[in-house]
Amino acid sequence: MSDTPKKSIKTMEASRRSVLMGGTALAASLFAPKFLKAADYPTAAVNTTGLAVTDEDVTIGILHSITGTMAISETGSVQAEKLAIEQINAQGGILGRKIKYIQEDGASDWPTFAEKAKKLLVNDKVASVMGCWTSASRKAVLPVFEQYNGFLYYPTFYEGLEESPNVIYTGQEATQQIIAGLDWVAETKGAKSFYLLGSDYIWPRTSNKIARKHIEKLGLKVVGEEYYPLGHTQFNSVINKIRLKKPDVIYAIVVGGSNVAFYKQLKAAGIDMTKEKPVLLTISVTEDEIRGIGGENIEGAYACMKYFQSLDNPNNIAFVEEFKKMWGDDMVIGDVTQAAYLGPWLWKAAVEKAGSFDIDKVREASPGIELTTAPEGYVKVHKNHHLWSKTRVGHAKADGQYEVVFETAELVEPDPFPEGYQ
Amino acid sequence: MLLKGNRFFSTGDLVAFAILAVLIFVILPVGLDTFRLNLFGKYLTYAFVAIGLVLCWGAGGILSLGQGVFFGLGGYCMAMFLKLEASSPEATKIQSTPGIPDFMDWNQITQIPLWWEPFHSLTFSLFAVILIPVAFAFIIGVAMFRRRVGGVYFAIITQAIAAILTILIIGQQGYTGGVNGITDLRTLKGWDIRTDDAKVLLYFVNGGLLFVCLFIAQLIRKSKLGRILIAMRDQEDRVRFSGYDVANFKIFVFCAGAAFAAVGGAMFTLQVGFMSPSFVGIVPSIEMVIFCAVGGRLSIIGAVYGALLVNLAKTTFSELFPELWLLGLGAVFIAVVLAFPNGLAGLYKDHVEPRLLVIFKRKAGDDSSTEDFDAIKTAAE
Repeated sequence: MSDTPKKSIKTMEASRRSVLMGGTALAASLFAPKFLKAADYPTAAVNTTGLAVTDEDVTIGILHSITGTMAISETGSVQAEKLAIEQINAQGGILGRKIKYIQEDGASDWPTFAEKAKKLLVNDKVASVMGCWTSASRKAVLPVFEQYNGFLYYPTFYEGLEESPNVIYTGQEATQQIIAGLDWVAETKGAKSFYLLGSDYIWPRTSNKIARKHIEKLGLKVVGEEYYPLGHTQFNSVINKIRLKKPDVIYAIVVGGSNVAFYKQLKAAGIDMTKEKPVLLTISVTEDEIRGIGGENIEGAYACMKYFQSLDNPNNIAFVEEFKKMWGDDMVIGDVTQAAYLGPWLWKAAVEKAGSFDIDKVREASPGIELTTAPEGYVKVHKNHHLWSKTRVGHAKADGQYEVVFETAELVEPDPFPEGYQ
Repeated sequence: MLLKGNRFFSTGDLVAFAILAVLIFVILPVGLDTFRLNLFGKYLTYAFVAIGLVLCWGAGGILSLGQGVFFGLGGYCMAMFLKLEASSPEATKIQSTPGIPDFMDWNQITQIPLWWEPFHSLTFSLFAVILIPVAFAFIIGVAMFRRRVGGVYFAIITQAIAAILTILIIGQQGYTGGVNGITDLRTLKGWDIRTDDAKVLLYFVNGGLLFVCLFIAQLIRKSKLGRILIAMRDQEDRVRFSGYDVANFKIFVFCAGAAFAAVGGAMFTLQVGFMSPSFVGIVPSIEMVIFCAVGGRLSIIGAVYGALLVNLAKTTFSELFPELWLLGLGAVFIAVVLAFPNGLAGLYKDHVEPRLLVIFKRKAGDDSSTEDFDAIKTAAE
């Protein structure tokens, strides 16, 4: 996947101008520029800890895998972060300073992530880092961020059980993704029995643990729970078990390349998801994964996320348009890509609230930060460093997009250490 | 004369050892900041593996594509000790079961498994770092070499073992940390290993251990044992018909390689602060063979340079060209193998060492060095 903007310099200028001058009423209302002058915020005052901040610019890090097996997932996040940075710069930057970024490649290798995180913090003195994707990469960099007091914006929905003072989690922790979805499927589909399955690592296991507790709380039944190694491609035996047990819902947390095999084999075994017998509910398949699976193979399944590309609100329409303008019309935007896009914006808001780039002040300013311009709608930073956000259920269509069929009325509170679910 | 050769070290060897010592103990620490020095410390841990490979592969003709197994086992033994120390009840009070490693808590394990218990002791752990990998190598060695499995078949089997161990570690995540590995290691007997001072000290300990391994490897190479190894590599049957038990020699050198790799793994854990299955599998194991090939599989010193340079190139390329670096690195490997089949060491022996020796000869009037040089040249060819 190419990581270079597809449009020419000329159109880039045009889009920058359109954002700057409010070329469309939409863009103007969404990204209303606040013209803060660097002169009003002398570098000595806004940067007391020796970060890479000058009178003209501020440097941040982007740390994702752009090579290796995770590249296919993480490229979208890199693209969204670059888009946000470009838009912020077009508005005049942060405290009058343009954002420059140093991009490093985590290479789908956790130790490399740790090495590069350390390089960004110690060598480059970046003011914040947008990065990581898998839990393993986050766990690898976490000690580095805590030791050198860096600040990380982490975009992926994940298992929770973590609350670092040096990380803002812009994706959902497990309960935000699971509970509302289960309630929905129990209520509208009358589901009584569930078959849980997932890839074998911390996120699916923790998520299914929470799902099982919640299902049992609802007085319903789990009829099976199984895990398969990452990259597993033989799902026929579990599919046979599913046909035998006849659950009302298959709750699938299969990740990465295994998805392609899983959904194709499910379809080949004659389980037609559009008939909803059983209903398939997943929390791991975004629009990005559907590109690999093929829309016709997953048509009829339901996914529980906080964001779908098809969300119908002015913020999202503008975001999708800008994203495609920058990276090409054939791009799709998944849940994590949108969460990655929030990172630079949340950081900007926190820095401006703090009136300083100092990590400690940004950390202090972060809880309570609101973003009304988020493509997913309104979000707010909780004091536990996660986001309040809505849970939504999407219905997969053959064209690879989801149709939103349900959303929670209120924002769901993040609860990384859920009582009663451990 | 300081650099006069003896039975185990020719003048040329002594010069090469001295240059490496100056580089590791003087030039790098003086010229680099702590962050870069720590990176070099990490690269040097791979050099342990590469030295072991020179013995096994370069001298003994046993190509192991599973050295990551021993590197990983050594690293995991160290990491288990450090993790237990980092999991004091106070540090883990946020968990549902305080006092156990965090990943066990996430996997609903409520007490430390029995086989983890001995790793509370540092002495046990240090012994385990070497003994467990060596015992494992011994079992593999006995099983393979006694049955006269060698060459390509042995390489394939070691690779399979690397794959199996990775799957085992990932699958048993409640006991091993799974894909994430064992992370967030903090102190060694109360001594914070994450501070800059600690990193510098660990770098020197690492360098010292590397030289211990280099000396042992050199003794093996230059002893009668080393000559039997080379004979075995070139004509195994003749050695066997001469009355030597070939399997025993192979088992020994394979265990030695495993021990070196294990020490490297333990030092890696200490310096980087975590251990994960990404060092155990097939890809890292093959990478380690590449370090050895680039450095020159016949030279233990060359292997150290190979590990340093390949890793330095990896870091530098990926910092400069984050999107294209893998292609560049691949091109360099192909170029090196095509242009210098004996690696960097071959280059040094053919072009640099003769000139160095001429200088020393002039100064010392030492005749033996020319003979040494001829001997080295024949060995290299």
